[in-house]
Order: sequence, then structure tokens, then C-alpha cells
Amino acid sequence: MLGAVTGCAAPLSTLDPAGPRASILANLWWIMFVGAMALFALLMVLLYASHRWQTAMQKLSPGQWIVAGGLLLPLPVLVALTVSALLIGEQFLARPADGSEPTRVIAAAERWQWTFSYPDVPGAATTDNLLHIPAGVPVLVEVVGRDVIHSFWIPRLGGKMDAIPGHTNTTLIEADEPGRYYGVCAEYCGVGHETMRFIVEAHPVDEFAAALGGEEQ
Amino acid sequence: MTGSTDTDGGVVAVRLHSQLESIWGTPGGWARLSAVNHNIVGKRFMVLALTFFSIGGILSMLIRAQLATPDSAFIGPELYNQVFTMHGTVMMFLFAIPMFEGFAIYMLPKMLGARDLAFPRLTAYGFWCYLFGGSILIVAMVLGYAPNSGWFMYTPLSSNVYTPGINSDVWLLGITFVEISAVTAAIEITVTILKMRAPGMSLDRMPLFAWYMLGTSGMMLVGFPPLILGSILLEMERAFDLPYFDPTRGGDPLLWQHLFWLFGHPEVYIIFLPAAGVLSTIIPVFAQRPIIGYRAIVVAIIAMAFLSFGLWVHHMFTVGIPHLALAFFSAASALVTIPTAVQIFAWIATLSYGKPRFEVPMLYVAGFFAVFVLGGLTGVMLAMVPFNTQAHDSYFVVAHLHYVLVGGFVFPMLAGLYYWLPHITGRLSVHRLSIPGFWLIFIGFNLTFFMMHLTGLMGMPRRISTYPSSFGWDWLNLLSSIGGFILTMGFALVLADLVLQTRFGKRQVRDPWDAATLEWATATPPPSYNFASLPHIDRRADQLKPKEAGPALATGAGYLGFSRGRQETLAVDMTTGRVEHLMVLPQRTYLPLLTALVTGVFFLSLLFKVYWLTPFAALAAVAMFCLWPAALGEKKDLGPIDIGNGEAVPSSEETHYNLTVMANITAVIVDATLYGSLLFGALYLLVVAPGWSETLSLAPPSPMLVLALVFSAAGTALAWLARKQTERGRNPMLVQGGACLSQLLAACLLSALAFTIPDLFTHARGAISFAILVYMSLHCAVAALISGHCVWRMRGGYVSARRQTDPRLSVIWQGYALACAVLGLLFVQLLAGVGGLQ
Ligand code: HEM
Ligand SMILES: [Cu+2]
Ligand SMILES: [Cu+2]
Repeated sequence: MLGAVTGCAAPLSTLDPAGPRASILANLWWIMFVGAMALFALLMVLLYASHRWQTAMQKLSPGQWIVAGGLLLPLPVLVALTVSALLIGEQFLARPADGSEPTRVIAAAERWQWTFSYPDVPGAATTDNLLHIPAGVPVLVEVVGRDVIHSFWIPRLGGKMDAIPGHTNTTLIEADEPGRYYGVCAEYCGVGHETMRFIVEAHPVDEFAAALGGEEQ
Repeated sequence: MTGSTDTDGGVVAVRLHSQLESIWGTPGGWARLSAVNHNIVGKRFMVLALTFFSIGGILSMLIRAQLATPDSAFIGPELYNQVFTMHGTVMMFLFAIPMFEGFAIYMLPKMLGARDLAFPRLTAYGFWCYLFGGSILIVAMVLGYAPNSGWFMYTPLSSNVYTPGINSDVWLLGITFVEISAVTAAIEITVTILKMRAPGMSLDRMPLFAWYMLGTSGMMLVGFPPLILGSILLEMERAFDLPYFDPTRGGDPLLWQHLFWLFGHPEVYIIFLPAAGVLSTIIPVFAQRPIIGYRAIVVAIIAMAFLSFGLWVHHMFTVGIPHLALAFFSAASALVTIPTAVQIFAWIATLSYGKPRFEVPMLYVAGFFAVFVLGGLTGVMLAMVPFNTQAHDSYFVVAHLHYVLVGGFVFPMLAGLYYWLPHITGRLSVHRLSIPGFWLIFIGFNLTFFMMHLTGLMGMPRRISTYPSSFGWDWLNLLSSIGGFILTMGFALVLADLVLQTRFGKRQVRDPWDAATLEWATATPPPSYNFASLPHIDRRADQLKPKEAGPALATGAGYLGFSRGRQETLAVDMTTGRVEHLMVLPQRTYLPLLTALVTGVFFLSLLFKVYWLTPFAALAAVAMFCLWPAALGEKKDLGPIDIGNGEAVPSSEETHYNLTVMANITAVIVDATLYGSLLFGALYLLVVAPGWSETLSLAPPSPMLVLALVFSAAGTALAWLARKQTERGRNPMLVQGGACLSQLLAACLLSALAFTIPDLFTHARGAISFAILVYMSLHCAVAALISGHCVWRMRGGYVSARRQTDPRLSVIWQGYALACAVLGLLFVQLLAGVGGLQ
């Protein structure tokens, strides 16, 4: 959408989601954006009114203003938002509904490149700065850091996850369609930080193993 | 008739002024270096902070120049990394915090009705630490060795494996040096607000700014220690290879993140609260009515101070945290909106019920509203964990943090500057550049940073030195850069305006805004002693009439309206504001400067790894500090002393909870927080870090450890006994000396233990046990020092049954050392029981 506004492609845009998870996040953003703009406008109007429309403003007593603005206005918004965000978060954790195990890939970050390996595809070679995934199914990424902290991020497919030495973190990504997507390192990791990008190839499920040069399961 | 009284009054006022000025004033020339007066030191803080702001601003222009176009080759990644790290570091540590510290140092005594802060020499020492520590960073940058791991210095990147040069050491040591000034300022501000108010000013009559600063300083007391501890541990790892954060040896890089954000999040509120205090002071003046919701605001301040310590993990939502913790910290982060909203609506209500008058400060207040509210709204978005996983570490966060910091700090500070500059300079604003200046800043700011929300959402990570053209970020970045330069022009105009006002503004005498707080009762510019006599406050101190009170106070109509040749001021009961005792403040001296220079040698010896020098520098600094009290105290009991208005109160020496005792209790709080952070670190590593065995086998503690504990306990008992005997009129130097000796033995035993730990370099277990033992040993040594110093004071005749400050301090520090020893023993045992490497 913004890509259209600025007149060029936006291969890293979170607002141009290409998978179910990224879509939910983009929707969450748009809802919050609209809500925030409404609240902002409300406050600016009140600020103006406090100077120009004082008789109207004095309809509420001082105490009522503090209770209304300080508690009654923010509390429901915050509760609704926090609860729905938490529910979304829990949903992200969940494994696929049919109980199947998602395909696993390992993303290892080392200054300044990504090495991907595919424990579920016997015989698959590791790939550098190129991640193969099956399209249309969730993929479980195990993110590990080999030296300093990095962060694994494919904006169009889902949120980011840090690669921390000594820890193994997991995150789920999913692409709706086969195609090419892009990822970056989001955590500052030294002079090569901005070069630490990678390409994601999403393949139709039945071509995935072949694309890796591995054996069909 | 009245005319002649007026002239009489004038004569009295002038005579009183010259008498007081001769005691409180600071002469010119080299003697300036000995200044300890809060008027001078406060202004120095602010000018230096603005200088650092300019440096930080220039760095941000380099950033924007580099990012204006894709594939830019203006500055390469190496330099860029130093530039953004220094920009963040300078703005946070060398501009924002010192700026409000300086402001509080200058303004608080005047708002509270005191002649100076509680510990003027400490103020000066803090300033020199700030100047020297800041200079280390700037000099390093000019020479090309600036820190380059980002302003939060995540390790392992900042460790000596991945940043082998001196760069990270410059940050860790330079910033810790600067932090000394934050801690001293926090102690001083806390004690000043609690004790040094005008008679009659009970807690619930304090102007709101004092409440805000009390909240701020309380947060600083417990906010800074985790960072200081983290910096010490990381520097020990870098310098001596002790593995606190190294995951291959039982450490954990996430421990650094916890310690940093345990400081870093409260820090944001530490910066915001003083600015909100400025707003709560200015808005009622221009609304021409008292603030609405005084009590609600006080509650909001306290709520913010507490809540802000429960939010730090929202900077770590993507490090792989258990989900329950995510939910907790997400909800807590959302909750902190409530106290903020309470304040915003209190301000809106105040304006609605007043007669708003639109002057230049209000223009900046309006700017605050627009910018800060947007920053707050994006803050709520970021607190939502799923969204955070997209926005975190992207330019969206850069946008958010600038909306909050510039909206919540820079705009209010500019409003405050325009409001109080007539107080500092005694001149009115020229007004010509301030309005175009505002619009340039406002438009430039929004152009720069609004775009960054979008660049962030379009996937641009922060801290990248360049980007290819293919991602669709080009236009947004160019607009940001153009906005940045408009913003800078705005700041340049404001700066020019301030200089013009200082030079050419119309002179004014007192209170140009019809304000209602006490600081406007001083002459402007204020004399070194603030008030020729101290007022009695009989109503809330934001509803006074400074225009009337000022001239009366100048003629000596209040308390202490005379000169006895010493720097006298009053202290009150903490809650009721009843006059409690008379304080004699120390005169100007070079000691703070000299002590800070020696402290600087200490830090430089660490920086340049001249480790043989370090202990000598540390001892020299301690010795210098021991000279400080020499100028204080009385050799005989004085009994009640006349303070004018027919009242008499005891001297501070003859008061139980005098300011010295209070400051030491406050220092214990800081120290205990540091220790608490260390013990938290030990537990954290034990439970979370990789490379620790699961089994626990508790062995009996080593006999040396138990012996140390016994000595420490004996010292404490002796110190307690010595104070009891002092109270009965004896002079038990031997007993006090025994306390000193006993604690010294404990210290020696503990260091012996610390330096014989077997797995010191091979596993975090040894390293963290070492840190605990060293801490215990140091605090036994501190207790020994205080008791020894007490013996010295007893020999000098400064201690009597009524003058018990020194024996009391001895009991406090001895008791604290014992508490540390007991807790430490438990932890060392626990750590010893968990197998090290798996
Ligand atoms: C004068 C106008 C300012 C401009 C144009 C500006 C610009 C920037 C930019 C572009 C960045 C991102 C650098 C990067 O990620 O590569 C940044 C980072 C930052 N800025 Fe500013 N800034 C300004 C003022 C301030 C102020 C007033 C403060 C604080 C009081 C501040 C605090 C920070 C911090 C803490 C960072 C993060 C540094 C890091 O990532 O380590 N900035 N600034
Ligand atoms: Cu990186
Ligand atoms: Cu925060």
C-alpha cells in the first residue's frame, strides 16, 4: 500500500504482508493507527477547547475531567488492546491446528552472514544467505547466534526473533504463495550489520525437498 | 511617612545584601574554580549540558546527511557506528540528565526557600565529575576512538572479543564517571527536598515541581545502581577476562540487557518527570489560576515512579522471554499510560478553568502536547508484544523515542528556558526569534521523525549506515534529512535568541509573569544567598505572592535576616515543615575540584590499563574525601541558637536526623540497590544461564568465611556499644577503635577468600562469587574507615552526648557491612553448592 504511495516496490514492508502472521500484524497496526489518530485528534480538540470553548469545557468539573480523561478514557482502550494483543500472541505460539509438526529450519547468524540448515530434509545442504521454505504451511525457525547478537527478520512473513549466543529461540513464519521474499538482520552487530541480508525462496510444498537437493520424505 | 520607611528599608536591604554577599559570594579569577554555590554550579551544569546538546545535534546532522540518499559514501560504517553511538550516548547521559540536574540545582533551593543545597561541595564535585567524564568521551571521539556498540552497549558485541580496542572502555568508564554526578545529585536533591524547605512548608504545601523532583531523585537512587553494576562487571570481563556475560563459560549476554534496561527504562521517566514538573509549574501561571488536581498529580508521580521499574522487559520482547512474563510486562507498560493521562487532563482542566494568556513559553507547551501525545500513543503500540516484533529495532522505534524525548523533554525545557531566563539573567525576552524558531523546530521535527514511522514500517532497521535504493525508503529518508536541517535551523534561532536576550533584553527586577512560587521572590538575577531572610509559608507554596514577599524578605523581615559571618540556613521537620535545626554550610573550597581530579586519575588508570596506579589513585581519593568533614562540626555544645522572629533551634550537630545522617541513609539505599542487582545477577546466572549443572550439594561454609562474619558482627556490636557510651557522656575511643579494627580484619579475610577462588576465570560461578566477596570486603573496609574517622573526630573533640553524628554514621555503616556479609555468605554458599561447568 505504501509502496504505491511512494511509487516503488517495498520488498521489506510490514504493510505489504505475504503470509497469515504478517497479515494479522499489519491489521493490528492499522487498527491501532486509526485508534491513535482518533485519540490524538480528540486531545488536540480538547487543548484547543481549553482555550477557546471554555464554557463547554466547564460543563465537567475539574475532578470529573481528571477521572474521565485519566481513567475512563484510557482504561477500556488499554484493556481491550492488551487483551487482544495477548490473544494474538498466544495464537502465534500455537502449532498448526491439525496437530502436524511444522517444517523446521535452523537459522544460524554469524558476523555477517546467515547459514540455514534443514534438519527435516535428509541430505539437504546448508545454504548461505538463502532460506528455502515451503509455501502455504507454517515453518518453525530455530534462531541461534554464533558470535554476537543478531536478529532474524522477514518483515513480510512475520515478526523478528533475536539470535543470541547461548540461547535457541524459535519463531514461526509462513508465506501464502511461492515466491521470493527478503530478510534482514535487525539487531546491530557491528560494521557489516547492514549487509547481513538474506533471500527467502518459498516453494510449493511438493517441490520443497527437491529444491534443497534432498530426498523426498 | 511610608516613603521614609521605604528608604529605611532600602538602606537595610542594601547593608544586609553586602554583608551576606561577602560570606556567600564567590570572587572572580581563579577562585571561580573553588565555587560551590548552587547558583554558579547549577548554571555551569546547564551551559555544559547545552554544549553537549549542540555536539549531539551536530552528530545527528552527520547521521541525516549520511542517510539522505541511498548507497551514500559520505561516512563509512566504521565512522557511522561511532557517530550514532555517540549521538545517543551524548543526548541521554551528557545532555538530558545533567540538564535537569542543573536546573534542579539552580532552582530547587529558591522554590523551597533555602539559601543553598544541602551539600554544596558535593554539588561542585558532581559537576567536575560530569565535566571530566564527558570530556573523556568527547576527546576519545575526536581522536577516533569513540564507543561504537550503540548506546545500550549490548555484549558480546561490546566485549573485548568483538570490540578489542579501547572504544567500549571509553563508554563504560567515562559514563560511570559521569554517573557519579547523577548519584550525588540524587542524594543531594532528595535530602534537600525532604529537609531544607522554608519553615511552615509541610510536604503537602510543596510546589509540584518539588514533588516531581522528589520522585525523580528517588528513581535515580535505585535506577542508576544497576547500570553502574553492569558497567563494572562488563569492564571486569573486558579487562580481566572474568566471564559474567560469556555464554561459553556460564555467563549470559542477557544479564547485561536486564541490568541495562533495569536502569534504562526508569531513565526515560527520570527524564520525563522533571520536564512534567516544569509544565505543572508553568501552565498554572499562564492559565492564571492554581493547578487543578494537585493531589491527583502527586499520586500520579508516585505511581509512575513505582510502575516504571516494572517495565524494563518491554525493551526485550524479542529476546525469547517466557510468555507469562511477556504478558505481565506488556500489561504493565500499558498501565503506565494512566498516570500520564491523569497529568495531561489535569493540565487541560487547569487551562479550561483559567484565563489562558498566550506567551512564548505556552507556544512550546502546545508543541509539547502535540508531540508528546503522539509519542505516547506509539509507545502503547510498542507495548503490544506482537506488534513490537515487527517494529522493534526498526526506524519506527527511532521515531517513537524521539517523539517522547523531544516532546517530553526538549519542548518542556524550551518552555522552561523562556519562562525562567528572566530569572537567571534579569532580562526580558526579545521575542523576535522565539516564534519563527518555534515553528522551524516544530515543523522540522515532525518532518524528520514522522517519516521515520513509515520508514520503520517499511522494514528499515535502525543503526544501518547505508541502504540500497531498491527498498522504497529513498524519499522518506530524504524528507527526514531535509526536516533535520530545518530542525537544526530552528535550534540555531533559539540559541541566537537566548544569547540576544542575555545581552540586550530589557532589565526587570522581580516576577515578570505574576507567578506564585517562591523562586520569583528573589531579586533577579538572584544573589548568591537567594534570600536575605527566609520566609514563613502559611499556605500551599504555589499560591504565594512573590512580588510582595520579595522586598520584605530582602529587608530581613523573615528568619535569619542577619549575618553572623557563617553560611547559615534552616532545616525543617520532613513532613510538618516545622523549623527543626540550624545548618551551617561549608564555604567555597578547591577540595571538590582536587578530589574530582584524583577520581579522574583513577578512571584514566583503568582506561589506559596502568593498573599499578589504580589502588593508589583510589586511596588518594578516599584520603581527600576524609579531609572534607574537617571544616564541619562544633567543638562544644551550643544549645538553641537564635534564628530571628523570636525563635531558637539547635544546631545540626545537636540534631538526631540531621542532613548528614539522612544523606548517609540515602547512600545506603543506593549501595543496597547495587548489591541487590549483583545478587539478582548471581541468581539469574544460576537459574537461566547455559552451562550450569542442575545438582545442588550444600557443603558447610569455609571457616574463614565464618570467621569474617564473626569479626564483622563484633565490629557492629562494638560500634553500637560505643554510641551507647557516647550517649552516656563518655568518650569511648577504644571501643570505637575496636569496631574499626574488627571490621578491618573481616575485610582482609574476605579479600583473601575472593582472590583464592578456584574457577575465577573459567566459569561465571567463580567470577560472580568473586564480585560478591569483593563487595563484602569493600563494605567491611568502608565501615572500618567510618569508625576510624569517628575515632579521629572523637580525639578532635567533635563528639559529645549531644553531638553524635559520627558515632551514628559508624553504626549505620557497620550495620550495613554486617548485613552485606550475612547475605553474601548465603549467596556464596549457594553458588558453591551448584556445580560449575557441566
Ligand atoms: C536534534 C535533532 C535530532 C535528530 C535529527 C536525531 C536523529 C537521530 C537518528 C537519525 C537516529 C538513528 C540513528 C541510527 O539508528 O542509525 C537517532 C538515534 C538516537 N537519538 Fe536522536 N536525533 C535528534 C535529537 C535527539 C535527542 C534530543 C535525543 C535525546 C534526548 C536523542 C536520542 C537518541 C538516541 C538515544 C538514539 C539511539 C542511538 C542508538 O541507536 O544507539 N536524539 N537520532
Ligand atoms: Cu546485525
Ligand atoms: Cu522503555
